[in-house]
Amino acid sequence: MELAFFIYFAAVIAATSVMVVAVRNPIYSAIALLIMFFHVAGLYVTLHAEFLAAVQVIVYAGAILVLYLFVVMLLNLRQDDRYHRQWPMAAAVGATLVIEAVILTVMKGWTTPVVAAGTETTVEGTSNAGAIGDVLYSTYLFPFEVASLILLVAMIGAILLAKKDIVEVNSEG
Amino acid sequence: MTVPLSYYLVLSGIVFLTGVVGVLLRRNIIIILLSVELMLNATNINFVAFSRYFHDVAGQVFVFFALTVAAAEVAVGLAIIIALYRAKSTINIDELQLLKW
Repeated sequence: MELAFFIYFAAVIAATSVMVVAVRNPIYSAIALLIMFFHVAGLYVTLHAEFLAAVQVIVYAGAILVLYLFVVMLLNLRQDDRYHRQWPMAAAVGATLVIEAVILTVMKGWTTPVVAAGTETTVEGTSNAGAIGDVLYSTYLFPFEVASLILLVAMIGAILLAKKDIVEVNSEG
Repeated sequence: MTVPLSYYLVLSGIVFLTGVVGVLLRRNIIIILLSVELMLNATNINFVAFSRYFHDVAGQVFVFFALTVAAAEVAVGLAIIIALYRAKSTINIDELQLLKW
């Protein structure tokens, strides 16, 4: 049963991620990415990461993708987008990565690693969101604060980068 | 967990590879940023699969941080794109060669 769900989600994720790269129109790329985000959220649910599934839908599909669509429509692109001229280099890098993956798979085999039990951040018996909150506010408190700082810096930076120079506009008008 | 861990690794490898090819192949800078999102999602799938396998919540916490960084990256990246479009009126990276040697 779990395998059937995984196969469905994996097939849709792989197909839509190829579509994101292959489709010409940026709007269609963004819509394909939206479908992919929802299926990744479904994959998280099958992995019992319910909190992350909700956050994936809210943050990725709700905030990030809306921002992308907004910019795509704001810039009103022409349809002259073709593939890059450095495709031989892209093919070389891609082929190298594929060969590395094949070699690693063959060398290591398909054995799964041993399960580490009783580590510091193992939390049992609570809900998923509760367990994450428990760890986030104790072990990872400092990175959590740093993340809030990153968001603040990004907000200020985005406003400064995207705003027009007000002094210049005033002197013109 | 009836699905083996290696299946998740193969899936995230495929998605990551697609993102790399998109970054190298496309000329529209918005699609390049979308491909970066693909790569971030591939690593997130990896993190969550390992977190499930090791019964360790730390992986999911790291996905949370990756999400934060992705949101910041998108905000700043799109602001840069808008500033760039205002200055050059193109987002085709072949025509943006200011820093090219």
